[in-house]
Amino acid sequence: MSLVTFMFYFFEAVAALSAVALAVVRNVFYGALLLVVCLLALAGIYVLAFAEFIAVTQILIYAGGILVVIIFGIMLTTKISQKPLVVEHSYVMSGLLVAIGCFSLLSMVLSKESFTPSAQGTLPAVNSAQTIGVSLFSKYMLPFEVAGLLLLIALIGASVLASNIKSRKE
Amino acid sequence: MFPIEHFLLLAALLFSLGLLIIITKRNTIMILLGIELMLNASNLNLVAFNTLLPESVDGQIFALFVIIVAVSEAAVGLAIVLQVYQYYQTSIPDSISELKE
Repeated sequence: MSLVTFMFYFFEAVAALSAVALAVVRNVFYGALLLVVCLLALAGIYVLAFAEFIAVTQILIYAGGILVVIIFGIMLTTKISQKPLVVEHSYVMSGLLVAIGCFSLLSMVLSKESFTPSAQGTLPAVNSAQTIGVSLFSKYMLPFEVAGLLLLIALIGASVLASNIKSRKE
Repeated sequence: MFPIEHFLLLAALLFSLGLLIIITKRNTIMILLGIELMLNASNLNLVAFNTLLPESVDGQIFALFVIIVAVSEAAVGLAIVLQVYQYYQTSIPDSISELKE
């Protein structure tokens, strides 16, 4: 077993185990940290799938951005006290039933299909980041601009929603 | 090249676990974490299918847009969670049932 194969299975095992632990854990803070572990392992898998740019974006946005926002959210929605925030579980049986049903349905479909590469054994010879940049500004120009507009709307909407400043006219 | 079935099985597992988290957890922030997990499972599928067509990067660009939408969703969702917590003084979604009564 080569090193790359070992790393692939290692990252897959880390992602799967941290996701299982996220479903079991009761402390919200540990849940946020487990989600970040899972997302970083997914970034490693993206590198092994020849998607380096997506991997770096994943690390920057999730570990740098979303983790900070989620931890702020946890700290702002808990009353300041010594005991950690513990989450109750409800509808455990029906949730397990739906999740196992979903997983078995998906894996059944996967076992019936067979996916073969169009060009067997070819590796991307070009620089992935350069290709992504060029196609973002040529073929995908309109979706790129719309995504920028969406980010602006989300920025304004989140700051307006989260602020609790009263109007001065009242 | 790794067999694509391994990527797809891991993505299916992550998606089902995200669904399980959304159904069972009684905390709004945990539900947001489950939604993030499901979005990442779909991203893994997009990147995995991109390896079948190594000469194009369409799947990776689609994954980028999914990441952008996930970021916007997290920001606006957490702002809504904060406002709901300040109004109802609870973060348990079942006890916010004013419209039901």
